[in-house]
Amino acid sequence: MEIPMIYYVVVSTIMFFAGVYGFVTRKNLLAILISLELMLNAVDINFVVFNRYLFPGQLEGFFFTLFAVAIAAAETAIAIAIIINIYRNIKNIKVDNLDKMKY
Amino acid sequence: MEIFNYSFIILLLPMLMFVTLGLCGHKMSHRTAGMLGTSGLFIITVLAYIVAAQYFTMPRIDGVFATVTPYNFTWLQFTESLIIKLGILLDPISVMMLVVITTVSLMVHIYSLGYMHGETGFQRYYAFLSLFTFSMLGLVVATNIFQMYIFWELVGASSYLLIGFYYTKQSAVAASKKAFIVTRFADLGFLIGILLLSFFTKTFDFETLTNGSVSLIDTAAGKSFLGISAASWAMALIFMGGAGKSAMFPLHIWLPDAMEGPTPVSALIHAATMVVAGVYLVARLFPVYVIQTPDVLMFITVIGAITALYAAIVACVQTDIKRVLAFSTISQIAFMIVALGVCTSMELDHEGHGGLGYMASMFHLFTHAMFKALLFLGAGAIIHAVHSNEMSAMGGLRKYMPITHITFLIACLAIAGIPPFSGFFSKDEILAAAFDKSAFWGIWMSLVAGLTAFYMFRLYFNIFWGKEAHHEHTPHEAPKTMTIPLLFLAVVTCFAGFIPFGNFVTPTGLSYDIHLNWTVAGTSIAIAIIGIALATWLYMKPNDKPTRMADSMRSLHTWAYHRFYFDEIYLFVTHKIIFRYICAPIAWFDRHIIDGTMNLMATATQWASYHIRGLQSGRLQSYAVVFLFGALLVAFIVLCCM
Repeated sequence: MEIPMIYYVVVSTIMFFAGVYGFVTRKNLLAILISLELMLNAVDINFVVFNRYLFPGQLEGFFFTLFAVAIAAAETAIAIAIIINIYRNIKNIKVDNLDKMKY
Repeated sequence: MEIFNYSFIILLLPMLMFVTLGLCGHKMSHRTAGMLGTSGLFIITVLAYIVAAQYFTMPRIDGVFATVTPYNFTWLQFTESLIIKLGILLDPISVMMLVVITTVSLMVHIYSLGYMHGETGFQRYYAFLSLFTFSMLGLVVATNIFQMYIFWELVGASSYLLIGFYYTKQSAVAASKKAFIVTRFADLGFLIGILLLSFFTKTFDFETLTNGSVSLIDTAAGKSFLGISAASWAMALIFMGGAGKSAMFPLHIWLPDAMEGPTPVSALIHAATMVVAGVYLVARLFPVYVIQTPDVLMFITVIGAITALYAAIVACVQTDIKRVLAFSTISQIAFMIVALGVCTSMELDHEGHGGLGYMASMFHLFTHAMFKALLFLGAGAIIHAVHSNEMSAMGGLRKYMPITHITFLIACLAIAGIPPFSGFFSKDEILAAAFDKSAFWGIWMSLVAGLTAFYMFRLYFNIFWGKEAHHEHTPHEAPKTMTIPLLFLAVVTCFAGFIPFGNFVTPTGLSYDIHLNWTVAGTSIAIAIIGIALATWLYMKPNDKPTRMADSMRSLHTWAYHRFYFDEIYLFVTHKIIFRYICAPIAWFDRHIIDGTMNLMATATQWASYHIRGLQSGRLQSYAVVFLFGALLVAFIVLCCM
């Protein structure tokens, strides 16, 4: 029995809003990064699902997802590098403390 | 006409001098700057003489020297009819003025080399002199009334700069401001007059205005204000501008104070050239005045006559020699104004003498410029020698300064109207013109002429004779650069009277042979001699007669000494009435209503921004929340609409 499309969409919506919630509430930079990844992956799921169900036999959605995953990996590497540098400078990664450049 | 193509250099060169000396003057030595300015002016003077020679040797057309306009280009074009042009207009009076201005200016330039020697700002002084010469020449050759107005303001500005030349001296600063404000106030009337005149006649052009092709009376017919016709208002307001520049009563208050400037400046601007601009203006528009608004001409006569008498009385009791000369200038310019005012027609030939005053006025302008410049330059030499303006510091100077003494005496005789000096001929024509109009004006002006002789010789005796003052060091004759202009002007003063002026300058342009009216001339000589004799009796030897006489007329003396309290009246009117009851409420309105509105807006903005600035926290997360809710809201709206 095939799983209906709506199930996937529900999962991805929950993932996306969990990511949004985490992005706006967390103070830890790593947690924010993880939330960001959740949102990104929710979108990826949507790509794959819509390709699979709405345009069977075509591959754009899949390939787009592959690109997005690759870029997300690179982006994560950079983000973590930045976070490590922040940690070296201010000895924590609380987003509230990142106000040196503001004043 | 092509032969006058070079005439633009007369205007261009002083302008270039001003720019050069103004921008690079401080890098030059005093000597270079002075020589540069003087040699530039020398070239202009030569050119002006060439223009005059060429112009007056041109063949006459119907017995008249043609008006030549070598240049007249459009400067500003606003609409089809509102066009402002700039150009050069040569006719007998403008050519005569070119000669007067360049001659006096050259003399003052040479004289200043000695007088201003070693002053700080020497280069600046020469730059301003060039600026003044440029503006004055531009004024006299103006082709239209608007160009004249432009240069009119420029001479006002350069006069301001030169009066305030010693800008560290409080009194000089105050005097320059006073001169500027008073003349500027008069110029407001001038501007309104110009606008009225050209509104009705639809032209600024002097030629169109004066050759009778447009009639102010016809175009302004039926319009009046306060019972006086619009035509008269226009011409009277234009005269107001002239009255301000020419220091006519009651706008005369700035001229005595303007003596705070360097003495050569007083000679150039406040005696010979700029102050006659008002006379020149009336002469320029003379056909309009005499044919279309004779009532204004009557008004001009009254103003001139009052000024002449008033200034002559005040000049009799002043003790500052430059003040005496200043009031004498006011009085003499009033003579010219009266001469223009008593004209009844343009005619000047065997049948009619209605236009005699015009010729007399221009003649007196010419001779007065020379001998008054000479008097001022002589006074400068005296001040240079004794380091004071007060008569009490002088006396007995004839032994120390022979050249100054002789030249000063010649000028005094000329202004008193003793033949054969130039002032006699021109003043005699003015008196003849005044008697032609009515015996009343003739007697009035003869009386003033007698007073003139008295106060000039009072001045002369107080300086060169009388009790010798104690001098810190022996006064000495001025250097050559100062005596040469004195001698030159003295020679001109001796012989200018014999110029057949009527052949060159008459209202219609037709040649007229001046013939002396010996009844008038005899009377004026007699009156002048009485004045001189009285002054000799009172002032030649040290005695107490002047003091006793002053005591016997205590109140008149005090009033005249304080110039009939006109400055106090002006101060009262401006400070006590205008400042308190007009300016103070306006200031309150400005401060509380206009500024208040602006302040309220500023305060409201500040208050609002203070309260909403928290939104821009720099926290990305809070931005994200706002963004999220915004996106949701938009999505919601879109969904609802669908």
